[in-house]
Amino acid sequence: MTESDLRTQATEIHEQFSDQLEVTVEEIEERLETLVNEYKVPTNEARRSVINTYLDEAGMDRDDLGGGGGNEHVDIAEIDSPEEWVDITAKVVDLWDATSDAVAQVGLLGDETGTIKFTKWSKSDLPSLEEGAVYNLRNVVTDEYQGRFSVKLNRTTTIEELDEDIEVGEDDVEIEGALVDIQSDSGLIKRCPEEDCTRVLQNGRCSEHGEVEGEFDLRIKAVVDDGADVYEVIFDKETTEELTGIDLEEAQEMAMDALDTSVVADEMTDKILGQYYSVTGPTFGRYVLANEVEQLREPADPEAVLIKARSI
Amino acid sequence: MSSVPTREVAKRVFAREFNDATYTFKESDDDRAPVYVLLPTGESANRIFVVGTLTETQDVGEDSEYWQGRIVDPNGDTYFTYAGQYQPEAASMLRELEPPAYVAVVGKPRTYETDEGDVNVSIRPESITEVGEAVRDRWVVETAERTLDRIQTFEESEHDEYVQMARDEYDLPTENYRRAAVEALESLEEETAEPAP
Repeated sequence: MTESDLRTQATEIHEQFSDQLEVTVEEIEERLETLVNEYKVPTNEARRSVINTYLDEAGMDRDDLGGGGGNEHVDIAEIDSPEEWVDITAKVVDLWDATSDAVAQVGLLGDETGTIKFTKWSKSDLPSLEEGAVYNLRNVVTDEYQGRFSVKLNRTTTIEELDEDIEVGEDDVEIEGALVDIQSDSGLIKRCPEEDCTRVLQNGRCSEHGEVEGEFDLRIKAVVDDGADVYEVIFDKETTEELTGIDLEEAQEMAMDALDTSVVADEMTDKILGQYYSVTGPTFGRYVLANEVEQLREPADPEAVLIKARSI
Repeated sequence: MSSVPTREVAKRVFAREFNDATYTFKESDDDRAPVYVLLPTGESANRIFVVGTLTETQDVGEDSEYWQGRIVDPNGDTYFTYAGQYQPEAASMLRELEPPAYVAVVGKPRTYETDEGDVNVSIRPESITEVGEAVRDRWVVETAERTLDRIQTFEESEHDEYVQMARDEYDLPTENYRRAAVEALESLEEETAEPAP
């Protein structure tokens, strides 16, 4: 981190507080310098800490902070750090049920480069976003939770509906880790045969259509964990077959012989639980939908980690 | 803040550090709130993932079956795991497996105080599966990497909550765990250096 970078950061922070506090760019820069150079705090963290100090002094909420009017307009795929004030143009891909009164709307925004979760707070008192509409959103704040980014709409956000459409890009992620859990409703399942209804039946019942003659399918809901982040992964029929080497016909025979469908999930569990995989696919809400899966059979190379271990 | 309850990450930790993680805490007063152990390198753990060599199994139960498994990491340090009637699948794995075998264990850290006042740390398994050597080797490299990441954060962060907690609750130099990581990695290099028979 060079002097001039800190200077830039200090100038930006100064702009945000110049109306509320008697503080000079030099004072802010000095605080940043102390944190970064003496205490070896990462620059993001230093910036956050300094901003918090001034928020306290000015008696302001983080929501009161504008981006100084001069935010960068970013593509969704570019968002890779928390606590940034940005402008985005995006389509509302999906609205989810808000699980808390504090949240007015929650869902998925998308542009050509990818998708991102958004949260709109009730107290921010903003107009409703419509599913499928495209908006220019100014002054939203980025956030991060367990490695996944989101944007928060706040009191200072401006929402302008645009008369255009956006082709939302697929944003495939690639994850690597150990398969640490297999969730219920995995293995050989039955789905509702009604048109456009693919719900998984529970004891022969569809939650929408009641008792129906189900259609057999294979799928696995699993948890892949790399020790830092947790991913819930859904494998469809094709990827489940690839992952386990058991196809639908075989699975039905196994279930028939045992008079029990759960033997399929048990057999699959033995094969895949505790193994390492690389999974590629788009994200949907909190899930990764596996398009490609590869078992990591080669032992990892210890050399690079050993060099790091010896250097600290 | 997330709208869906998120699952706890399975931390990667060698047995030397895990067995030192004797301090436990909760994040809320709720009776059902999850219990965390504090890793001496300054992170909380509510779940761990371990791959090692199962060297011994034993039914230590008095009235009903209660299986103890000893799982050894490349440094020769041992994790203890216990499974009884509430972990039927894991218990039956311990009953059926023939040591020695490589196993992958996902489980919750548990502590108990002995009559002598020592605190023992063990794993209550959610699952136990038999795996191959490649999985074990991959786990060793990954666990070394995660351990080093924690040590770096420990050394560099002044304000991290769990780093601070570890400084307050333990007097355990992170150098022990750096050395555990180095030794584990070196053991892999020796293996690969051996000529094929």
